Amino acid sequence: MAALALEAAGVSKRYGAVVALDAVSLTVAHGECVALVGESGSGKSTLLRVFNALTRIDSGHARTDGQDVAARDPVALRRAVGYVPQDGGLLPHWTVARNAALVPVLTGRPDAGALAAAALDSVGLPASQFGQRWPRELSGGQRQRVAFARALAASPRIVLLDEPFGALDAITRGDLQDLFVALRRRIGMAALLVTHDLHEASLVADRVAVMYQGRLEQVATPAALAAAPATPYVAALLRRARIPTGARA
Amino acid sequence: MRRTRRLRAGAPTARRRACAFACAGVLAMWLAGTTSAARQPTAPSDAGRPVVVGSKPFGESYLLAELFAQILEARGLPVRRAFGLGGTEIVFPALRQGAIDVFPEYTGSGLLVILKAPPVSDPAVVFDTISREFARQYDVRWLAPLGFENTYAMSVRTELADRLGLRTLSDFARISGEMRAGFTADFIGLPDGLPGLRAAYGLAPKTVSALAPAVKYQALVDGQVDIIDAYSTDGLLARYPLTVLEDDRHFFPPYDAAAVVRGALARERPAAVAALAELSGRFDVTRMRRLNARVEVNGEPMAIVARDALVELGLVAGTATVAATGPAPQVSLVRYLWDRRASIAAMSARHLWLAGVSLGGAILVGVLAGVALSRSRWAEPVTRGVGLLQTVPGIALLAFMLPVLGIGTAPAIAALFLYSLYPIVRNTVTGVREADRGAIEAAEALGMTPWQVLTWVRVPLAMPVIMAGIRTAAVINVGTATLAAFVGGGGLGDPIVAGLALADSRMVLSGAIPAAALAVLVDVTLSGAQRLLTPKAFR
Repeated sequence: MAALALEAAGVSKRYGAVVALDAVSLTVAHGECVALVGESGSGKSTLLRVFNALTRIDSGHARTDGQDVAARDPVALRRAVGYVPQDGGLLPHWTVARNAALVPVLTGRPDAGALAAAALDSVGLPASQFGQRWPRELSGGQRQRVAFARALAASPRIVLLDEPFGALDAITRGDLQDLFVALRRRIGMAALLVTHDLHEASLVADRVAVMYQGRLEQVATPAALAAAPATPYVAALLRRARIPTGARA
Repeated sequence: MRRTRRLRAGAPTARRRACAFACAGVLAMWLAGTTSAARQPTAPSDAGRPVVVGSKPFGESYLLAELFAQILEARGLPVRRAFGLGGTEIVFPALRQGAIDVFPEYTGSGLLVILKAPPVSDPAVVFDTISREFARQYDVRWLAPLGFENTYAMSVRTELADRLGLRTLSDFARISGEMRAGFTADFIGLPDGLPGLRAAYGLAPKTVSALAPAVKYQALVDGQVDIIDAYSTDGLLARYPLTVLEDDRHFFPPYDAAAVVRGALARERPAAVAALAELSGRFDVTRMRRLNARVEVNGEPMAIVARDALVELGLVAGTATVAATGPAPQVSLVRYLWDRRASIAAMSARHLWLAGVSLGGAILVGVLAGVALSRSRWAEPVTRGVGLLQTVPGIALLAFMLPVLGIGTAPAIAALFLYSLYPIVRNTVTGVREADRGAIEAAEALGMTPWQVLTWVRVPLAMPVIMAGIRTAAVINVGTATLAAFVGGGGLGDPIVAGLALADSRMVLSGAIPAAALAVLVDVTLSGAQRLLTPKAFR
């Protein structure tokens, strides 16, 4: 069978007395996009980072692309999985082109430059025009586009995104969301995306996973979630959000 | 000391305690010196090896050392001069180590400061004691005294002495509660200084300021202090209307000047000792005061004054080049510096070399240590420990290193290296730690190894902060490099130390001005280097 892209089974993580993840189980199929939704401290970023070994779990199992995360060399794992942080996280002392080429360079691909140029083209920043600029010379939205290009340059089958639209103004955020949807449609990579915005989650994701205090409250398509919230917390979340699809509770 | 004139078994504990701290370091060094003495290479029959003549950093010590050097040279012995070494705590261990062969010392200082014996007032007893004990304890020989005594001359303005009827130290002690004292720093701490005077006379001035020898007289004449610790042979003593208070309780021990030589020199180079012994008994206090005045008041070059003295005494052939004709004509400072441009250039080059080598080492060690420490929980304690080095006074640091490194270039570079370390380590730790969190996390998340994160991200991002630390260290280093003079390391500190000792402000400036210029030059050069090393993105 085709292995799942991401799979967490009974994953728990504590930081001292704080339970960050409490027996969380979640799957993401290849080609699927799942949005992790929750408030600050709900554990959604911690869960995301389980899959590229930035979070070491205390118990349970986590698999990325069918392989146990704990058993893999974390550096090799991270090079195989795309990653987009909230504020771009570009290396400020590297040009746009060099930033975009990071992962292919790390894996020693001779065509790193061409891959980076193609990735920059795909996010609407032609390398010929933007490649030699410094990150500080770009707008916030452009920097985030470079971060997308960097995550995708090595053509990973899985991408992890930690509030990738969180630091942008409303108009730029809409543009970036459209870009993300278009890229997914064309490339078809699996994605796990963290957001605190249920509306945004329903725009870009196939399924939404609501987290609260380290536990998964409900995992469902946006429509199913809106139609039948499983817990009072999800219901309250829905009341505060404006959901474009499905019936209103 | 009250009526006690004879050698006593014990000194009052208060005085003991007063000097215990100052002497502890010296003692520790002697102990260390004993263990490392075996390391010193000795070449018993090497007659071509120069005799190294040392001196302390004050005028008369320079002049006596120059006399030693010239009589040795006149007798065909090669000489190396290591003048202006930083006080007893440097000079004496240097002698015991064999880093120097001879230096001028005073019998009273030998008794009280080095042997730490109680004061004795009979000169013959003092000389017997120190001759015996130095030979036994340190393998060091005192040659017969030069013939004059340079004791403390506690001096007040004559106007004040007349107005208050002050003639003796006892007179002064009665009113000392109203008086302000200006003493050299070591006098304030030494057992034969203020602590002893306090015990012997009940001397308790209202305020006590530590004054450099060079400014003591001026401060007294200007009325900023009321009493100073002059030396009886000071050339400056006769220049001002001053009254020397009589030591009516015979507190001060005799301070007969003499050459102190290494035992090994006496055994292996008898010719050198014989040459030095020719000076014994030849200098009375009048002659010495006159010679000191030519150097300190008239500003005549020491080498000429020393040569004239040897000619006068018939010890070398020739005629006195310059008769003592009063003050030399004052040329402008610019002219003075221009006349000395060759030696200033050479000293500047030496200064830069000392600073460059020590700073280079500090950059290498400091940046590597800072990078290594930045990710460790030891960063704070270790950095703080390195910072503590900054608080160790230069002379003390040099004194601690003397048993291992001797005198000359090595201890100077080592001290400058240690002083340069802190800003570099601190800035490297801070810079590497606080480099852009987001960039570092992303770099980790995309699969950089820890080494790649360090070398591709953390260090380049920290570079502006690291360079700022290096620039700070460089300016400190160039400024501090003047202390090399205290261990015979050379550089621009030589004219500064000698000028201060001789109260010659032009000589001081001939070192201080180029040193300041070098500091600016080095900072400007490094700001260029900083631009080159800072990632282009931040320029």
